[in-house]
Amino acid sequence: MAKKAESTLKNMLLSLTLIALVASLALALVNNVTKGPIEKVNQEKVANAIKKVLPEGIEYTINADTVSVTTEKGPANVMRYTAVDAEGNTVGKAIESFDNNGFGGKLTAMVGFDAEGNISGYEILGSSETPGLGAKADKWFQKDGKGNVIGKNPANDNLTVSKDGGNVDAITGSTITSRAFCRLVATAYDAFKQEKGEQQ
Amino acid sequence: MKAKDIIKNGLIKENPIWVLVLGMCPTLATTTSAINGLCMGLATTFVLMCSNVVISLLKSVVPDKVRIPCFIVVIATFVTIVQMVMQGFIPDLYASLGLFIPLIVVNCIVLGRAEAFASKNNVWHSFLDGLFIGLGFTWALTLLGIVREALGAGSFFGVNFIGGADGMLLFILAPGGFLCLGLLMALINHIRSKSKS
Repeated sequence: MAKKAESTLKNMLLSLTLIALVASLALALVNNVTKGPIEKVNQEKVANAIKKVLPEGIEYTINADTVSVTTEKGPANVMRYTAVDAEGNTVGKAIESFDNNGFGGKLTAMVGFDAEGNISGYEILGSSETPGLGAKADKWFQKDGKGNVIGKNPANDNLTVSKDGGNVDAITGSTITSRAFCRLVATAYDAFKQEKGEQQ
Repeated sequence: MKAKDIIKNGLIKENPIWVLVLGMCPTLATTTSAINGLCMGLATTFVLMCSNVVISLLKSVVPDKVRIPCFIVVIATFVTIVQMVMQGFIPDLYASLGLFIPLIVVNCIVLGRAEAFASKNNVWHSFLDGLFIGLGFTWALTLLGIVREALGAGSFFGVNFIGGADGMLLFILAPGGFLCLGLLMALINHIRSKSKS
């Protein structure tokens, strides 16, 4: 076996520096390869969610802007995607909304509205809710779920959980997640109502 | 030491989960389903293999006093590569495991094998050790995942077998993880001691 390098200051500095250099070079190379696919994946994720939550059967183009909304923790910006048909009429809006106080932290979802403000769909984008309990939010509030919010309008229907006097059945055992989801929808509706935001 | 011994060591005799009881954090966190356990195991295996080879190559040029930082830089590099590749090319898997991938850096199995094995043995043996310790970790995680998923969600690799009924949620959550781990560990060590005597 080769003799081990001695722990002199020079040797230590040299070996650590060289290893760190080679490591960063390798990472830079891999990053170069994966940067494109990662960006594409993220864009596709958003694009698919928009398509899924907006009303079906209409041709439209998407205009994106950011609008500022008021949440419990103060103002924040959310992305808004406005769907416009060939005549220039708004046929719906999809809002990338969030709430910071889910059971496991931040909950983000794409919420879609038709032109009148009725909820046309939603898709959970990111959550750290409990598997089997809060994580059911991805199906629970859909059309065939028990806490269906699709087709309801936040302006007329009281969209808070029934425990708080509202009209949404909370997920069994997951009131905190359900409340977070209702706040998230309210935030989305807030963004939906606003006039033109900052263009992207 | 012969290659056969290294293989047996990794899979059974020195299995990181059942015998060495190393790397418990990712073990409990990622085994909520069989597929998650399997993928976490394979990602760790890849890192172990690569880091063992590189550390074995570097063992004579790295001075003793800075060997740990050097090992960690090597390990962290491979973990970051795994993370970026997974994010770009297997996004579904990244969505469920993404949070735990960076934690492979501090998985004591990886640093443990670097210290205990790769820094003392030749490249070929270190490669084998990394591969089979990794596979030992993988089968343990997969088994744990299968049991927890079956009891907790009533499914096997995502295929539901109890119809509309709810599973025993406890087993998906952390307490069930501890229970399953303890009971399986007892069972496997019982079998091992039986077959020895």
